Amino acid sequence: MELTAILFYVFSMITLGSAIYMVFCKNIVHAAFALMFTLLGVAALYVLLFADFLAATQVLVYVGGILILILFGVMLTTQGFTSNLKALTSNLLPVSALMTLVAAGMVFVFYTSTWPAGAMEEPSGTITGLGMLLLHEYMLPFQMTGVLLLIAIIGALLMATRIKHQN
Amino acid sequence: MENSFIHWLSQPELTHYLMLGALLFCIGFTLVLTRKNVIMVLMGIELILNSANLNFIAFSRYSVVTLDGHLTALFLIILAAAEAAVALAIVLNIYNRFKTIDIDEISLLKG
Repeated sequence: MELTAILFYVFSMITLGSAIYMVFCKNIVHAAFALMFTLLGVAALYVLLFADFLAATQVLVYVGGILILILFGVMLTTQGFTSNLKALTSNLLPVSALMTLVAAGMVFVFYTSTWPAGAMEEPSGTITGLGMLLLHEYMLPFQMTGVLLLIAIIGALLMATRIKHQN
Repeated sequence: MENSFIHWLSQPELTHYLMLGALLFCIGFTLVLTRKNVIMVLMGIELILNSANLNFIAFSRYSVVTLDGHLTALFLIILAAAEAAVALAIVLNIYNRFKTIDIDEISLLKG
């Protein structure tokens, strides 16, 4: 067994294990930390797929940004300590049975179908190619993403400051 | 049969990554469907977006030569960041108004 295969299975175990822990754990802060391990495992899988820039972006944006936002959301929406940190579940049994069926179906389809075998050579760094693509072919989506981020910032600011005025 | 299966297991390729993405999607969807806390539902949505990203990058590595899959994944990460910021602002507003974020109790629009 190659080193790549071992690393792949280790990182998939980390990713899937902490994701499953998120489904079953009761404490919402524990779930947020399990989400951190899932995101780091996915970033490691990006490295295995030779997507170095995306792995760095995943760690910076998801673990450094979105996870902190979620933790702030948890802290700002709980009265008192630990009393409301419990996150209840409903319909856990039927939903997980249904999702197990769906997952089994998808895995079966992926295993039995043949995919076009493509480039197997290992690319050496993607940052140059990504920069060229972003500033030539994907110029318009790049600019529109900037506009979208501006709109999202303004909207979030407006909604968050209105809370203070009411108080 | 046994030998070929072990050989298949020992060489991670496109199929393995697709299966991992499918499992991650199912776990995220379970979180969205079962949790009563809005923030846990948001975490499930992040998991679903991550599984889509994993599929894009796996296809970009194994079936086409170009970097278009990487760019799509990059735009998806940006969209997820914007979505999380706006959704958490909405959650704060909901909490300010209803003093709870249990989605079973926020039923003002239900007739």
